[in-house]
Amino acid sequence: MQSLRDTWLLFKHYFTMTMRNPVMVIVGLFQPIVQLLLFAPLLEPIANTEGFPEGGAIGVFTPGLLVMLGITGALFVVFGFIAELRAGVLERMRVTPLSRLALVLGRLLRDVVMLLLQAAVLVGVAWLMGLRADPAGVALSMLIVVLLGLLVSSCSYAVALILQDENAVASVLNFLILPILLLSGITLPLTLAPNWIQNVAGVNPFAYAVDASRALFIGQFSNPAVWQGFVVMGVLAFLGVFWAVRSFRQGVA
Amino acid sequence: MIILETKELAKSFRVRGRLVEAVKGVTMSVQAGEIFGFLGPNGAGKTTTMRMLTTLLKPSSGQATIAGIDLFTNSRQVREKIGYVSQDGGAEGASTARENLILQGRFYGLSLPDAVVRAKELLAALDLEQIADRPSSSYSGGQRRRLDLALGMVHKPKLLLLDEPTAALDPQSRAWLWTEVRRLNAEGTTVFMTTHYLDEADALCQRLAIIDDGRIVVEGTPDALKRQIVGDTITLGLQFQPETGQQVQALLQEQSYIHSLEYDEQAIRLVVDRGAEALPKILRLIDDANVQVQTVELSRPSLDDVFLKQTGRSLRESAN
Repeated sequence: MQSLRDTWLLFKHYFTMTMRNPVMVIVGLFQPIVQLLLFAPLLEPIANTEGFPEGGAIGVFTPGLLVMLGITGALFVVFGFIAELRAGVLERMRVTPLSRLALVLGRLLRDVVMLLLQAAVLVGVAWLMGLRADPAGVALSMLIVVLLGLLVSSCSYAVALILQDENAVASVLNFLILPILLLSGITLPLTLAPNWIQNVAGVNPFAYAVDASRALFIGQFSNPAVWQGFVVMGVLAFLGVFWAVRSFRQGVA
Repeated sequence: MIILETKELAKSFRVRGRLVEAVKGVTMSVQAGEIFGFLGPNGAGKTTTMRMLTTLLKPSSGQATIAGIDLFTNSRQVREKIGYVSQDGGAEGASTARENLILQGRFYGLSLPDAVVRAKELLAALDLEQIADRPSSSYSGGQRRRLDLALGMVHKPKLLLLDEPTAALDPQSRAWLWTEVRRLNAEGTTVFMTTHYLDEADALCQRLAIIDDGRIVVEGTPDALKRQIVGDTITLGLQFQPETGQQVQALLQEQSYIHSLEYDEQAIRLVVDRGAEALPKILRLIDDANVQVQTVELSRPSLDDVFLKQTGRSLRESAN
């Protein structure tokens, strides 16, 4: 009970703080929207090529961008968090009787809600550009986005607690993000890729999130990619949250 | 009544495969109602001890209780009893003082209306009303410190733990903080504070423990600690002739209240019992021998002398 109350209390606090200065949220949306406006048209000519997935250029590209939004969101989460660590804000909270679980869940809830707001704007822009996806599928893919957000945010917090330094975290994320994005088939679908890349991508969990969202956008609910995406994201999100909770408990130097 | 008690509290860290013993064994007890100082140079283990006492760090071994509650098995209950002001303070810079205080009250389980009332009280008590609705990142160092202290007092804790409360403060804010700590103490709050300033420990603390290299080397009231140092120091500046030093040494040799005497080209330093009584006698003897005394200085033992005696090093040197 106390965990729930405290989670809600912290969520409201973090949400208010983010809304007061939403620069990061807007900046985070900027990149996927530019991709949508300037890159999606380039896909049109190849959308009819053999091997290009079903759904048309924008229908294939938008679900990928949702996943990209979730992955790059980590950067913005981490910078605010490290500044807070530096100022001793988290330490002050840890000396109060606040539920330890809530210290993590309150933040994660804020991150997920922000991500959903960004995702809604992104889908809205895509709709204006001619996206006609299955509404139920879009709604379900938002669940994938939630799991993805939990996974990325919680891992970012755990890594930030280990490294405790913006520069180190930025290096690690920069190192990881580009290969992850390319191997998720976000910009160009992996069905166009040579076999060896497809094999490497097979171990990239984010590729499962992209495939599941694409299937959902065209209403293929029974496509195996859908349940696979949910299982992979669900298990990893759970492990990620577990890792973050443990890191928060263990301490802040 | 004992409010804080530790037994052989120790913490070691593993740094690149090497075991570093930050705190080797701290045993102490703080009585309810006192201002207890934890004095030592940087790196002596003060902050690590503080982090264990505030439930931020689990000890490697040893025990600690606060108000009779075990710190490490009942951390949650302990957190309700203590208020903590860290060196960084930890106020949210983007929020105003009022917002910070209301939220902190909510963290301690106050309802929103109660938290609003309590924030108002604290803003008035700590003279923050004028700036209460400005973001705290815009505050001066002294204003910021007042907010930090208010945050630690939101739930009227029995025990207030302050980590280096006046580090990096201007003299005026420092004086203000001393007054405020005394006022809180007079109202019944027990204060446990770390410091590496001797004058602060001397002026503020009723009892103190000196920590060096992870261990408490001595504990007591500032006066009792200073009394362990034998004698006062008298420094005489003389009109020196080549033979003056020897001459004075011969003169004073037989006086039983003088423990030691040393001299150089400018001055003679004596360690004596009851300096205030010894000084006129010494001056008379020297005057009779027609040696001109130019300056006289009498100094009582300081906490630095205590530290020097216990550790063989000066605290001022160690602190740098």
